[in-house]
Amino acid sequence: MRGQVFAIALVIVSGVSTYVMLISVMDSLNLTRDKFYKDYGFAEVFASLKRAPEILKNRIDEIPGVDQIETRVAANVKLDIKGFPEPVTARLVSVPDVGSPLLNRLYIRRGRMVDPWKDNEVVVSEAFAEAHRFKPGDSFGAVINSKWKTLVIVGIALSPEFVLQARPGAISPDYKRYAILWMGRNAMGTAYDMKGAFNDVALTISDDARLNDVLIQLDSLIDHYGGLGSYGRKDQISHRFLSEEFKQLQRSAEIFPSIFIAVAAFLLNVVISRTISLQREQIATLKAFGYSNRVIGIHYIKMVLLIVLIGIAGGIAVGVWLGKGLGKIYMEFYRFPYLIYDLRPSVVTTAAFITIGAALAGTIHSVWKASMLPPAEAMQPETPARYRKTIIERIGLGPLLSQPTRIIIRNIGRRPIKSLLTITGISLSCAIMIAGTFSRDAVDFMINVQFRLSQKEDMTVTFVEPTSKKAVYELKGLAGVEHAEVFRSVPARLRFGHRSYRTSIHGIEPDSNLHFLLDMNLKPIHLPPDGIVLTDYLSTILGIRPGDMLTVEVLEGKRPIRQMPVIGLIKQYIGLQGYMDLSALNRLLREGNAISGAYLSVDSLYQHEIYRRLIDMPRVVGTVVRKDEIRNFYETQAEALLFFTFVATILAGTIAFGVVYNSARIALAERSRELASLRVLGYTRAEISYILLGELGLLTLAAIPLGFILGRALCTYIAIALSSDLFRIPASVEPATYSLAATVVVVSACVSGLIVRHRLDRLDLVAALKTRE
Amino acid sequence: MNGHMTEVQAEDIVFNVKGLTKVYQMGEVKVHALRGVDMEIYSRELIVMLGPSGSGKSTLLNIIGGLDTATSGQVIYRGKDITKATEQELTEYRRFHVGFVFQFYNLIPSLTARENVAVVTDIAKRPMKPEDALAIVGLGERLDHFPSQLSGGEQQRVAIARAISKNPEVLLCDEPTGALDSATGIVVLEALERVNRELGTTTVVITHNVDIAGMADRVVHLSNGLISEITRNIVKKPPGQLRW
Repeated sequence: MRGQVFAIALVIVSGVSTYVMLISVMDSLNLTRDKFYKDYGFAEVFASLKRAPEILKNRIDEIPGVDQIETRVAANVKLDIKGFPEPVTARLVSVPDVGSPLLNRLYIRRGRMVDPWKDNEVVVSEAFAEAHRFKPGDSFGAVINSKWKTLVIVGIALSPEFVLQARPGAISPDYKRYAILWMGRNAMGTAYDMKGAFNDVALTISDDARLNDVLIQLDSLIDHYGGLGSYGRKDQISHRFLSEEFKQLQRSAEIFPSIFIAVAAFLLNVVISRTISLQREQIATLKAFGYSNRVIGIHYIKMVLLIVLIGIAGGIAVGVWLGKGLGKIYMEFYRFPYLIYDLRPSVVTTAAFITIGAALAGTIHSVWKASMLPPAEAMQPETPARYRKTIIERIGLGPLLSQPTRIIIRNIGRRPIKSLLTITGISLSCAIMIAGTFSRDAVDFMINVQFRLSQKEDMTVTFVEPTSKKAVYELKGLAGVEHAEVFRSVPARLRFGHRSYRTSIHGIEPDSNLHFLLDMNLKPIHLPPDGIVLTDYLSTILGIRPGDMLTVEVLEGKRPIRQMPVIGLIKQYIGLQGYMDLSALNRLLREGNAISGAYLSVDSLYQHEIYRRLIDMPRVVGTVVRKDEIRNFYETQAEALLFFTFVATILAGTIAFGVVYNSARIALAERSRELASLRVLGYTRAEISYILLGELGLLTLAAIPLGFILGRALCTYIAIALSSDLFRIPASVEPATYSLAATVVVVSACVSGLIVRHRLDRLDLVAALKTRE
Repeated sequence: MNGHMTEVQAEDIVFNVKGLTKVYQMGEVKVHALRGVDMEIYSRELIVMLGPSGSGKSTLLNIIGGLDTATSGQVIYRGKDITKATEQELTEYRRFHVGFVFQFYNLIPSLTARENVAVVTDIAKRPMKPEDALAIVGLGERLDHFPSQLSGGEQQRVAIARAISKNPEVLLCDEPTGALDSATGIVVLEALERVNRELGTTTVVITHNVDIAGMADRVVHLSNGLISEITRNIVKKPPGQLRW
């Protein structure tokens, strides 16, 4: 039974370790985040505005509930890095000239803080420094308020504000092409004409304060100064991504371990029932000697507990190991100064209780039956198995079957429920494999929709501020630019009933050739001249349907508030937005032909030259290249994807192995006499292996399509469960994922088959003849 | 011991057993199951091997049947020493040359009577039809019954039909009536006797039941791993006249 105990323990190890891995990583990230937030004063309220005198700080301070305030100057800049020809943008944030910031303090990993009297010193974010192998003392160029300047790195730092360092609107963090820079307030004030003024504010609030009240009052104060709408932590981008990740870990920790525990309970049930039926005589003898039902029951329960405890102990050890590995991967995405690995005792006890509970639930019936067996009855061998012709034979296919094949199908037919459970067990391993690896397909699908069907531009150029439409002629004039279309983007709060959502509205040219809006079937739609089109998920959040009137509060310029009809919904997997006809948006903003930027299609031969020219254009604040963005996305995902594929393969392999091996061992125990008889009659080893393993092979083959269906359903569930306004995961599963899953299942089944086959070769022929069934 | 049979021509010898010994290692103890057995088995003979349990009769049958290996000595089957045969050769030997009948029938429970016979006829070189084999043992009417639907005697007769259906050179029966009452046992023995008489299959029956010895051509007495005596029945009793 050693092999079977090992196989079951392995399944339990998988379940417990997945649980421990996911929960411990979630706890560790949580703990690390909370500690980092607390120790480094992560703000609770954030707001950007155009320009306000420093004196406004006092009035903000008077808002009831406001605790600490930090005013800052922040700006987006273009960087010019030697030897890196692609466009790089950065968020430049001021730090106080004296002392460290009150809020969002920096953790200096290397070097020092900036010297307030030097206007060319910056501290850079660690991820960016690592991506470019920068060290203190290195320098690079930057265009600061239209002036090209050399900046010297004096320190490398991390901030609770930028744990996830992603450009707003980007699909993933991009450490090479997006940086966070910190510069002295004095130097920035000079550069941006913000002496005695600020354009960014961060607050903390007291414990008893109501966040919403503070946001409303803060907005009313900064409105006059071009406020862009304040928001709490939950809408802060870095924090948002972290929270989504935790949600994902939590969900995964619920789904995957449950499957393993269920499979383990099933396997225990099968093995314990079998063991009990083999030990009927011993049970009877013990009972005849006066052992009580309770003692007998406890004996088997102890056996179950022993297997489970081995599994739990192994699972915790493997879980901690995997958890640390996963933690390291997350540390690549999420820039904490350190990771405090935390395994709460309650995680261990929960895992233990659930596993033991499931194991006992799976076995208690057999144990109870065994302990209740009257001794005289237990002494008798079990009644012989009854067989009948299967449906396959009754429909007339019987003559086509060889005797060994007939044996196989009648054995399956005799215990349909057990066969079905075996199929289910194997199919679950297939499903786990699919669910564990489909993210690659989902990502491909998302990228395909986002960049190949919807946003076909090669480059997006953003201007420092809304600019006349004429600016596009300058872009069109660049050598290599084949086509240019303009857009206007404006922050807005969308309201319907009591629900609201803060996002941006994009005004695009109707009948665009570069930017397409897609309907639910991913077919391009025509943008009507009036009204607004919303991302479908946004309409769900707002509870609004096409035809309803949406209230739009623009958070920029003259801040108009208008009602307009929702005229359609579009499919988008990343972000949530409203889309309008460009002229309609301009009319809404009462601003003439202003644009925020342009989409370009360019001749790839001229790409680098175009970047160079864009760096030199003072108006241009940022450039995003589609190809870079896609490549970066895959690069950042690659390691995590590999890790999850690795884990999923091991886990799915374990289940398939556990189920097939146990079924094979039990089948061997039940049939060894029959198989030995056939050997005596002159059947070869290969021929009897066919009978034993053919049954499992057939069940495995039957399990694979079911596994595909279950896997697909699991992917759909995961996709729905993890949908958020940041992104929706399409439940897209490609043939390659299915075939990988099938391969893992088949290989695991073959491995366990080969092990059992080895035992078949050593079948004791003589003993089989001497024993009675 | 068997000198009175030397007039039989050499080609009629099916088995020639020479100095056969078998030692089992049972934990710390060595058990000498066979201590140097010499004998010959002739074509078309019906031999009954008698002996108490532990006398070595089953071990001898198992080695002759290619199920067990010898410690020393030879078993020459049609000029070939099967104690030197490879695993593959033994499988082939059992497949094409030997028919087995066991004490507990060893039928495949998932197959009907006809299919249990077909298990063997499917892989044999010149088999009879399963229906014919079952008719010989008087079960022509119960072709489609599963073992669980047959009595012990019927199951054993299916086993005999299965054993003879390949037209084996030799039929080896290990306590074929051991699990049956006497009336049923006699029906089974009648089937064996008929096969031996009509098909001329060399048949070896081992039993501890002395009364069965009456139907044999020769009776081999084993005790303590040695042949103590071989007797020849001048007049064979038909199984119907046997009583125990």
